Amino acid sequence: MAILEVEKLTKTFGGLTANKEISLRAEANKITAVIGPNGAGKTTFFNMITGVYKPTSGSIQLRGKSIGGLKPHAVAKKGISRTFQNIRLFGPITVLENVLVGMHTHLKAGIFGTIFHLPGVDKEERIAEREAYRLLEYVGLEEHYNDEAASLSYGSQRRLEIARALATKPSVLLLDEPAAGMNPKETAELTGLIQKIKQEMDMTIILIEHDMKLVMEISDYIYVLDHGELIAEGLPAQIRHDKKVIEAYLGKGATEEQEAEG
Amino acid sequence: MKKILEQIRGNKWLQLGLLVGYIALTSLSLILAQRSVAAFLLLLLSFLLLYYTKLPNWSKWAIGLAIMFFILPFSAMQGPAYQEYMDVATLVGIYVSMALGLNIVVGMAGLLDLGFVAFFAVGAYTYGIFATAQASNFMPFGTYPLSGNSFWIFIILGCFVAALFGVLLGIPVLRVKGDYLAIVTLGFGEIIRIVFNNMDQPVNITNGALGLSSIAPPKIFGIELLYSNQIYFVVLFILLFIIFAVRSLEHSKLGRSWKAVRENEIAAQAMGIPLVKTKLMAFAIGASFSGMMGVVFAAKQAFIDPTSFTLLQSINILVMVLLGGMGSVPGVILGAAVVTILNAQVLNELTMWFNSLSTAGIITLPDAMSPVKMQRFFFGALLILFALYRSKGLIPAKNVVYDKRKFLSEKGTKKRLQSVAAPKEDEHGNTGS
Ligand SMILES: Nc1ncnc2c1ncn2[C@@H]1O[C@H](COP(=O)(O)OP(=O)(O)O)[C@@H](O)[C@H]1O
Ligand SMILES: [Mg+2]
Repeated sequence: MAILEVEKLTKTFGGLTANKEISLRAEANKITAVIGPNGAGKTTFFNMITGVYKPTSGSIQLRGKSIGGLKPHAVAKKGISRTFQNIRLFGPITVLENVLVGMHTHLKAGIFGTIFHLPGVDKEERIAEREAYRLLEYVGLEEHYNDEAASLSYGSQRRLEIARALATKPSVLLLDEPAAGMNPKETAELTGLIQKIKQEMDMTIILIEHDMKLVMEISDYIYVLDHGELIAEGLPAQIRHDKKVIEAYLGKGATEEQEAEG
Repeated sequence: MKKILEQIRGNKWLQLGLLVGYIALTSLSLILAQRSVAAFLLLLLSFLLLYYTKLPNWSKWAIGLAIMFFILPFSAMQGPAYQEYMDVATLVGIYVSMALGLNIVVGMAGLLDLGFVAFFAVGAYTYGIFATAQASNFMPFGTYPLSGNSFWIFIILGCFVAALFGVLLGIPVLRVKGDYLAIVTLGFGEIIRIVFNNMDQPVNITNGALGLSSIAPPKIFGIELLYSNQIYFVVLFILLFIIFAVRSLEHSKLGRSWKAVRENEIAAQAMGIPLVKTKLMAFAIGASFSGMMGVVFAAKQAFIDPTSFTLLQSINILVMVLLGGMGSVPGVILGAAVVTILNAQVLNELTMWFNSLSTAGIITLPDAMSPVKMQRFFFGALLILFALYRSKGLIPAKNVVYDKRKFLSEKGTKKRLQSVAAPKEDEHGNTGS
């Protein structure tokens, strides 16, 4: 069953067509990868799904209901959460608080309840803290719960972004280059984490990633973008040998060389 | 010497002993030497020492309250300068409240507001208009002035009216960001003042530049609160409420969403935080503190006119926040106290001292160089020094330190907020922003 269905999504910036009629189906509890060279339009695609950009045309449906044109916070409330290619943590506040921010939509505390400490508010806060801590354990950052988010290492910051995104309790998780800047060991750990999230949380994941080893290892289905257009889609085994894809990544001529070699 | 300091730092009983000694000494010197402003200021300094002791929180509050409610008024009471001291203390309370309000907007939500005094004006005029005969010019019913008994209701009214103005200001203003926001709020502050200055025609609502005089003093159980030593307690109660509220908000869902919006709007929205609503809440709550104190200010002064609410005042409050430490509640309290005391007392005292020196023929100081006249210069210099050497303020903002034992052991936390599975669609298809 497709949870997220995108139909002919287009985005233009002035004269530039960053996304041209891209259609994608994210199947429930599967990892769908979106790959392509830099500037292909992958992040733009995520930005449209999450409401950061308004699509020029096309539709986005979550479980059959349109979410196109909703504000980002409303999209988050509908159950789509994401991480960012250029890390966007709340730097000066603590690691635990970053995750607590992710719980925003699930906390009921109102202004008067908060000021007057009405029963339930403090308790809810404790429960949230505990859950946030559990999520930190899940991504392996529990030791740092009182540290400033900005003080974490690059790889840890990426994992914190995942924990924060999970705190919104999404049904679809969008990861924008989660392994960028990680060393091979961290990447291997991250691969395990993403698979764990998929299996243990029944998560539907859409993944943008440049690390082909990671992509081929964990993706169930792959979409390839180039210059804003969808140039291929298919199972990892199919994409691996797709001529257009190899060309897009290595430039024209690469396929000919390969054929000459093989 | 170093050893002694180490010992003091480590031993909280020693700290308690020294603190009590210090309070006793300063309050005694204030009792004995009533004219000594130094004694009064040193007694106020005990709050700062108290803050830095390692005593448990509840005992800090207990000692702090004891000083505020008994020791300070009692020590000041013994002589002729009583009302002056209480007037300064009252002003400190008023400005601390406003600075705490602005701190929510600027420090926590990161929205630079240069017209903050407008909300103070709104509160002051709300009470001023109805507690003088002014309201009979346009109100179709009721007899005015309302008696001082209504003051207590007006504190709450002032709070809500200012919050409403906060929202009204926020809706158009929040379309712009950063420097533009500062400029627009500055404009708003001036507009409010000019409107109050000109609302004497065609219907005389604010009495224009003449201002409102003979504003009814607060009344409780038939007693009129005319003097600073009485108003002081009113301010104290409101201030304590505001500190309590700010403290509660700071580490709540709302406080976190302010900080999230301040740090990264896109990420905050991606976490489900509605941008406009969150910013409006900051404006409204910040404004409401100012509004309450505006009501008190009008009642205390018995006279208000538009000149009390100038841009300079807004900047003054901003300076308090910057000096104290943006986003830091203790810092902002200290910043507001320091600036107010400098303004209201220290500079005056210095001027008087210089004047007496010049009459005695020791030095001659041109009038233009008197400390009171140089006030802006002092503040400018102070701000530059701080920007250079202590850019995070007197007491920089600190993160709350969580204790994992506390939330991990909490009973009933087996319960989860919601299952990890997909959030349920609500039936009305409404995202309920
Ligand atoms: N806000 C924007 N305004 C103008 N152009 C943009 C904007 N966002 C992205 N683009 C352009 O769209 C193209 C695709 O960018 P992006 O989606 O970030 O690529 P990718 O994530 O695949 O590397 C690029 O040429 C980029 O310059
Ligand atoms: Mg990108």
